[in-house]
Amino acid sequence: MKKIGSVAAAAAVALTFSVQSHSATLDTVKERGYLQCGVSTGLPGFSNPDDKGNWQGLDVDVCRAVAAAALGDASKVKYVPLNAKERFTALQSGEIDMLSRNTTWTLTRDTTLGLNFTGVSYYDGQGFMVSKKLGVSSALELDGATVCIQAGTTTELNLADYFRQNNMTYQPVVFDTSDQTVQGFEAGRCDVLTSDQSQLYALRIKLADPSSAMVLPEVISKEPLGPSVRQGDDQWFNLVKWSLFAAVTAEEMGLTSANVDQMKNSDNPDVKRFTGAEGDFGKALGVNNDWAYQIVKQVGNYGEIFERNVGANTPLGIARGLNALWSKGGLQYAPPMR
Amino acid sequence: MSSEAKKPQAHSTMPNNKPLFWNDPEKRALFFQALLILAVGGAIWIIVDNTLANLEQRGITTGFDFLSKPAGFGILQSLIEYNEQESYGRTFIVGLLNTLLVSGIGIALATMLGFVIGVARLSHNWLISRLALVYIEIFRNIPLLLQIFFWYFAVLRALPTAKQSLSIGESVFLNIRGLYIPSPVFEAGSSIILIALIAGVIASFFVARWAHKRQDDTGQIFPTTWVNLGLIVGLPVIAFFISGSPVSLEYPELKGFNFRGGITVIPEFLALLVALSIYTAAFIAEIVRSGIQSVHHGQTEAAHALGLPHGRTLKLVIIPQAMRVIIPPLTSQYLNLTKNSSLATAIGYPDLVSVFAGTTLNQTGQAVEIIFITMAVYLLISLLISVFMNWYNKRMSLVER
Repeated sequence: MKKIGSVAAAAAVALTFSVQSHSATLDTVKERGYLQCGVSTGLPGFSNPDDKGNWQGLDVDVCRAVAAAALGDASKVKYVPLNAKERFTALQSGEIDMLSRNTTWTLTRDTTLGLNFTGVSYYDGQGFMVSKKLGVSSALELDGATVCIQAGTTTELNLADYFRQNNMTYQPVVFDTSDQTVQGFEAGRCDVLTSDQSQLYALRIKLADPSSAMVLPEVISKEPLGPSVRQGDDQWFNLVKWSLFAAVTAEEMGLTSANVDQMKNSDNPDVKRFTGAEGDFGKALGVNNDWAYQIVKQVGNYGEIFERNVGANTPLGIARGLNALWSKGGLQYAPPMR
Repeated sequence: MSSEAKKPQAHSTMPNNKPLFWNDPEKRALFFQALLILAVGGAIWIIVDNTLANLEQRGITTGFDFLSKPAGFGILQSLIEYNEQESYGRTFIVGLLNTLLVSGIGIALATMLGFVIGVARLSHNWLISRLALVYIEIFRNIPLLLQIFFWYFAVLRALPTAKQSLSIGESVFLNIRGLYIPSPVFEAGSSIILIALIAGVIASFFVARWAHKRQDDTGQIFPTTWVNLGLIVGLPVIAFFISGSPVSLEYPELKGFNFRGGITVIPEFLALLVALSIYTAAFIAEIVRSGIQSVHHGQTEAAHALGLPHGRTLKLVIIPQAMRVIIPPLTSQYLNLTKNSSLATAIGYPDLVSVFAGTTLNQTGQAVEIIFITMAVYLLISLLISVFMNWYNKRMSLVER
């Protein structure tokens, strides 16, 4: 089925380009009344349907923030689950308006795929997960190991580089979806599962016995994950980019979904501009002036999004680390909103 | 026009005038064919031009330069030397060879299994024919993808881990990582075995010709099969011992995480091969049955009346006639098996679709070029199988005298 999907998608690339070539994405989204957002096929904490079928997670909240900014309603999103192999073709062909699917920002992807990355929603790095039974405590002891990987990811390349640099050999077992990768790991088809660390934590809680596996300390790559849009539509690019920045700025300013209504009436000019009471930021982006207010009100600031989906009180229990605000020792930094 | 106008005068004896251009069926046919070619060519040109223009406008790199760039990812199984530094072109070859391997062995297995089941289906033994029927109906009616999943996720995943492998005589091991068998190591002087094998094959060819001639002349039958088997197997075996056994076996050994040494047959390959063979064999069995049933029973009776024993009747009278009915649909099954091998991507067997149209496509993002190459390759493989089978069909067809 996957095969048919990707072939069809490729054919779609050829055909839909002519149809969709010039229309502005924002107008299309407004006309359609909802946002089409590409997410993963199921990764707890990032994009995963809950037991009622509602999509939840950090990547999903990025989609919701953009919908809140563009349409004033965070719920108006249609989620398109994509595996790693399908994601770029789906975006290129116009099947989705934006991709928010733990995708690493790399030079090749930025330059040759006709994509623009709009920012970093999560700073990550590649790691290894092993069974505790293996008795391994460092990735440098993995010479000769069989490694399960998900097809079509930067992970596949980093893995090859890391083993080569350390004069180690490995056997790659490449699966299409992260579910199959976990199954392969659990059944013992491979010794090691490699992926971005955030994913490893998410996949670990999917195991029948999460405590049987551990994540090794080595982080072998930089994986800045973020949403991307099609190249050549600056207006849409700006909106997605600034939706993310607005969430970070809100955290810097101390605006939360709980207090934003109250703060809206404050005298602080920064807050007034942010919430749309003053200035014309929204107009410049082609949306309503209260776009940033809607993001914070309906989705929350970046810190809220992080804590709700992957933070300390969630099953994933990931510390803010690199994803803390710049002012608190992390890397999350938004250009000034003025 | 002027010459045409003069023609009737010059050849006034001719009964009919030459028809006008648009009334001449040949010219009209030619005209419409040319028109069709122009239309199809034009449509293709518009599609290609449009695609290229749009790709460029979107900032997506096009062209085939990527084939020479280093790939940077590992592949689980490759029949040729491959490492991560080699090019995307090399990954294409690795994937292609893996596809050909599983298809080739799959076709051989499915054919053997299919013929046995097809003949069993016609057995006079009630139990055997019913068992064949049950086999056919079960495997023909379950989607292939489910069968692949069944073999991979249900059967092979139930195997023990590497440290608790099932083993035969400490030389063959089976575990969840695959089947490990000893590999032959050819030492100096082993080429004599190859020479003996070639000599055996050539000798058996001449024996067959001589036996055929002798039968034509004298009517005596020579046991060609046994003699040739002796030549092809026996000569290399004799050569092996005379040259002082220059071939040794390298046994797989558990070292670190996995077995090392020997030949590894990965479970993805096994699952795909088993599923493809069993599925296609069910169809081939029905084709064989219909072929045999198409030969009139009178042929058997006639052969028996001539005094031919049953085996010879089957070999010389029934099967050759049945083959004429069997080969064309058998070709379709071979094509299906080859194309179905692309389902490999579902279980991670590194075939052409998985390696090239999967990982390579994703790393380079050149969807249009890669899908085009992949489709062209499958088309080429299918055409080659068709050409071969058509040639074989011609050879087998009834020689009318």
